[in-house]
Amino acid sequence: MTLPKDYLGAKMGMWLFLFTEILLFGGLFVLYSVTMQRYPVEFHTASQMLDVTMGTLNTVVLITSSLFAALAVIALQRGDIRRSKIFILLTILLAGVFLADKYMEWGAKIHHGIYPNSPHLTDWPEGQQAFFALYYTMTGLHGIHVVLGMGLLGWVYWLISKGKITPEQHVTLENAGLYWHLVDLIWIYLFPLFYLIT
Amino acid sequence: MSEHSTQHEGHGPGYGLFIAIWAALLVLTATTVWVAGINLGFLNVVAALAVATTKASLVIFFFMHLKYEELTLKLMVLTAFVILSIFIGMTFFDTAYR
Amino acid sequence: MTVAPADKGFFAPTGKGFLRSWLFTHDHKRIGMLYLWCILSFFGVGVVLGLLARLEMLTPGATIMGPQTYNAIFTLHGVTMVFLVVIPSIPAAFGNIFLPLQLGAEDVAFPRLNMFSWWLYIIGAAIALTSLFTGGGAPDTGWTFYVPFSAVTTTNVSVAVLGVFILGFSSILTGLNFIVTIHRLRAPGLTWTRLPLFAWGLYATAWIQVLATPILGITALLIVVERVMGMGIFDPAKGGDPILYQHLFWIYSHPAVYIMIVPAMGVISDIIPVFARKNIFGYKTIVGSSLAIAFAGSLVWAHHMFVSGMSDTAVMIFSFLTFVVAVPSAVKVFNWTSTLYKGAIRPEPPLIFALGFIFLFSMGGITGLVLGSAGTDMHVHDTYFVVGHFHYVIFGGTGFGMFAAMHYWFPKITGRMYNKTIATTSAIILIIGMNGLYFPMYLLGLQGMPRRYYDYLPQFTNLQVASTVGSWVTLIGLVLMFSNLARGWKHGQKVGDNPWEAATLEWTLPSPPPTNNFDQEPVVTHGPYDFKHLSPGGTDQ
Repeated sequence: MTLPKDYLGAKMGMWLFLFTEILLFGGLFVLYSVTMQRYPVEFHTASQMLDVTMGTLNTVVLITSSLFAALAVIALQRGDIRRSKIFILLTILLAGVFLADKYMEWGAKIHHGIYPNSPHLTDWPEGQQAFFALYYTMTGLHGIHVVLGMGLLGWVYWLISKGKITPEQHVTLENAGLYWHLVDLIWIYLFPLFYLIT
Repeated sequence: MSEHSTQHEGHGPGYGLFIAIWAALLVLTATTVWVAGINLGFLNVVAALAVATTKASLVIFFFMHLKYEELTLKLMVLTAFVILSIFIGMTFFDTAYR
Repeated sequence: MTVAPADKGFFAPTGKGFLRSWLFTHDHKRIGMLYLWCILSFFGVGVVLGLLARLEMLTPGATIMGPQTYNAIFTLHGVTMVFLVVIPSIPAAFGNIFLPLQLGAEDVAFPRLNMFSWWLYIIGAAIALTSLFTGGGAPDTGWTFYVPFSAVTTTNVSVAVLGVFILGFSSILTGLNFIVTIHRLRAPGLTWTRLPLFAWGLYATAWIQVLATPILGITALLIVVERVMGMGIFDPAKGGDPILYQHLFWIYSHPAVYIMIVPAMGVISDIIPVFARKNIFGYKTIVGSSLAIAFAGSLVWAHHMFVSGMSDTAVMIFSFLTFVVAVPSAVKVFNWTSTLYKGAIRPEPPLIFALGFIFLFSMGGITGLVLGSAGTDMHVHDTYFVVGHFHYVIFGGTGFGMFAAMHYWFPKITGRMYNKTIATTSAIILIIGMNGLYFPMYLLGLQGMPRRYYDYLPQFTNLQVASTVGSWVTLIGLVLMFSNLARGWKHGQKVGDNPWEAATLEWTLPSPPPTNNFDQEPVVTHGPYDFKHLSPGGTDQ
């Protein structure tokens, strides 16, 4: 896919791939919505145990990284390769910040004995267990996508350095950017669903 | 369908617009955190999802360029979201009436 | 063989070494052939497993194996047939070979992705097969992997569902490739209303592949998470809900049956006009019904769950919607028969298989209504009736669609013709054998014989024996058909580029088609079934 002859076709292909990602998470959103409807009170209680400040911080980090990814495309379209590369590095950096924040959040929870199948958790009301099962599954899968996105952006950075992505042939960068925006998009829903239904 | 649009046309938005969108996203994030602090009962969930959907639309239409894409692609995106909402919505026919 | 390299078309050596030129090829025709060989090999494995399961049911109690082996055999039969044979069958094999040719394109939109997709198929298949011999032994859950059993059984479910996940990914990438190919690579003049109905079938299928398969992916991952980490999403003791597993599973797996059948319908829609020498009746309604099936297929999944304990409201709504989805399928059957009406019918083998398809698919489709209606489903749910219905639709439908496609495009792929008399005979034997094999299952189901049971009451013996004998007749038909094709490939009479006098673009090429497909980009000036433009020799005027 590095040298697509057909610009619109390449973008269409990427969008179709994003649909599959949306539907992959979609299965989890199905589970989340019906489980929340089943245990509204327990979800409310469990949600209060998450750190809203950390969550908000991560939302800001991810939105900003998304901005940099979008700016990287504009920079490259305008022929400013150096600036484009800086924007990509900033995107990857913020992705790292996001993961570090996530690591601390998960670490604190696990430290308190809240992790899948933990003896502590299995004593709780069923609804709260379900909340944390979904929390770990959905943010975990999202985290994997953040890591994949970092890899993808790193690869694109390397391709630009090698001159294989140029201001004339920039669709690979655009597609990597689309992927990164999708990661952001999923988080935009995960954040309120887990942190803000208190 | 415009079969021959090339990729070096400088069409589309510039830095300024994107930074404005970014600012709007931050404002919406602040809003949703603030609203969550007020107890509105079930409306809290509605408000949180409404704000999230607004934010998602901004990302899709501007950061992801959908506003500047051709109609075919827009319809495809619509299809994907319609199907997803069918999957979520119709599962409730079971769980909501059990 | 004494064929000059030029006559070998895309089979001609590329100078890269035999293995490399095939295993790492970007040529859609070679990738399609790779799929075809793999699919037919796995089909052979699946047939053997099915025959063994049938043989075990010949007598009550143990016939040739113990209960655990029987559980493993029917699970394997299901997983192999569904995920390795039927889902990829027509799109991955014939779609890859003929979609770009029908569009007048050089290749699919993303040739390298296409190769990657085949590799994923092989890797997924290898992992699925590994699950048989490692860990706690072959999975015994049935192909549906229902929780809670799949979450607690000691057999090797985790590895098997990982294989399914990868196979799903392969299917997604093929679908993605086809959508972009159809949107972007149509030849000049090939408007949407001149697209062959096979291509339309693949288009509708591709959308289901892209939008529904990810749900299978997440479901498979959740089983692994459940088994490895005890996450509890489907465990009632931990606030989970096992019925939600069934929802997720069928959100994919019901649309998946349309992934299986819609391409076969496309093949039939392409074949019937050619052998009736008439334009297809109701082109636009066939297109519309393909798209309608693809869409409506996403609305009916819970009709597999009427006895699962889900709400009565859901039972009624999903039952009603199931009847809606029968409409577009019936529309197609009416269109095919109307196309034959007053046509100049040539009873060549592809048409015989196509007629077999219509007959067997209708048998399966009509009994589907019995299952879709919640009241009658309560009686026959999880009985042999379901097994019979499913096999009529999938073996009689997709299987016959595949066989029809093989006989229709055989001269295009090989440049030769098989023995037509034997081909027709094998088709008739297969139709008889399949009815012998599956019709008793309807009766067994109505009498209350549950599916997947190892043992049965003596009163079911006669029908079980009839079904097993039917499986042997089917086997004879299959052996006859495949040996005839194999002989035709080696020794068949050479035929021209367009022996059926068909009007779609693939028939304008030499047989087998050259590696580069079209020397000049073709310009399409008429519809896919407009035979008036053909001269008697079959060439375009």
